[in-house]
Amino acid sequence: MTPVHVALRGVTRVFPASAAQREVKALGPIDLDLRTAEFFVVVGPSGCGKSTLLEIIAGLSTATAGTVTLEGKPVAGEVPEGIGVVFQEDASFPWLNVTDNIAFGLRQTALDKAEIGRRVEHALRLMGLTEFAAAYPVQLSGGMRQRVCLARTLVQKPRVILLDEPFGALDQQTRFLMGDELLRLWRESGATVMLITHSLDEAAMLADRIGVMSARPGRMLEIIETGWGEERGSRVVATPRFGEITARLWELLRDESQRAMTGAP
Amino acid sequence: MTPGQVRLALAAALVLLLEGLSRFGFIDRFAMIPPSEILWHLGKILIVGEMWPAIVKTLTNVAVACVAAIVVGVILGTLIHAWRSLRETLDPLFAAYYAIPVYAFYPLFIVIFGLGDFPQVLIGFMLGLVAVIVNTLNGLDRVPRVLLKTARIQRLGPLATALKVTLPYAVPYIFTGIKLAVAYSFIGVIGAELIMSRTGLGYEIGYAYNNFDNAVMYPLIVFVLTVAATVNTMFFLWEKKMLARRRK
Repeated sequence: MTPVHVALRGVTRVFPASAAQREVKALGPIDLDLRTAEFFVVVGPSGCGKSTLLEIIAGLSTATAGTVTLEGKPVAGEVPEGIGVVFQEDASFPWLNVTDNIAFGLRQTALDKAEIGRRVEHALRLMGLTEFAAAYPVQLSGGMRQRVCLARTLVQKPRVILLDEPFGALDQQTRFLMGDELLRLWRESGATVMLITHSLDEAAMLADRIGVMSARPGRMLEIIETGWGEERGSRVVATPRFGEITARLWELLRDESQRAMTGAP
Repeated sequence: MTPGQVRLALAAALVLLLEGLSRFGFIDRFAMIPPSEILWHLGKILIVGEMWPAIVKTLTNVAVACVAAIVVGVILGTLIHAWRSLRETLDPLFAAYYAIPVYAFYPLFIVIFGLGDFPQVLIGFMLGLVAVIVNTLNGLDRVPRVLLKTARIQRLGPLATALKVTLPYAVPYIFTGIKLAVAYSFIGVIGAELIMSRTGLGYEIGYAYNNFDNAVMYPLIVFVLTVAATVNTMFFLWEKKMLARRRK
């Protein structure tokens, strides 16, 4: 049995009532184990608490109840060491060029300059950004900026990588290609990856396991094992198994998405 | 013609017009001397050098007031931004601040601090400070949440987040405050020298005015204008270069 890297037990999140809105039960309770070095994908209807779940695991937000442990240590509202996150929104620093953006996190550590230079150069090559090393984010496309953010995360060699719809703003073809790149990077890094996505195709193509969430308050409806080997890629979209997985995902999500749209309990 | 060339042509036309009006007696020499004479006298003043102590004194005081307003303004702006209740308390005061005639306090400053440079620097500093604070707050308000989350993921503390993420992001907005601080420092220091001082460019301009000495007053006014415009242009070019990296 593959060891558990991140464990969630009874995690719930309730946003207290404010002048603007009533109390919102956003998430849970959720029990979930992320296995070491697996590629786990979370899908669910809009507003089901996927991003809240990611923020709780990352230590950016605190669970109202329940526990999260990373490598056996509790995560409670503080970002633990060894975690990297890529957000859906552009998080590149507009005042830094690509090289300085990628090196940003490394420069906060005691790592020597030569090693930082080596890692950044490797990341530039890996992400196809070498010729844009001196460019500023404003000179890059949305996809390239996301690659800069991904590179900034990867150079720090996190053991857990959390991705919150990083390709959400990209077109379908670019998403598939970025998916292939992501798989390559995941294999190379050996990290545990949790990806949040709206795209069922992306989920079916990338995941070892897919966690399907219910409408708000988000709970895990089912966890689907894809059965792909490690050497998978965008070519799996042509296989019957891919069709089976996406059909099952849609079957699970159709009613939930309708509930999310109508706001029915 | 580019807009810059049009501006230059307009300025040149205005100077020529003034030159013509003064040369042909439409403007009394008692009121104003021709621009060519102003430049001639300015050259003489700068070469002879008797005004240099006043020039150095004023520009030093302007620089001290301006740098202090920028440094203190950015620090206070950052602290106030981090402290929500203090921000809510102070916001209305900032909005009303420029309705207060700071010069009204000048006599009080002289009573407290004496006739030295400090009251003039204080006036320049006070005029520039709130502009820097308000623009720093404005810039920090605009930092995208995702950058703040990124700073937390990088495990940066509050000081490192301010120095490495939020303030760099806010720089274009802070720059607006800096440009205002430069202008206000000139206005504050020279204005205070005009009112009550024994030295400095403001005092010399006021002294020449009281003695109908247009050959000193106008050249000094042109000198102040030139220095202020040069500093402003330098900041403008610096800002343009910086913004070119951020905007398409």
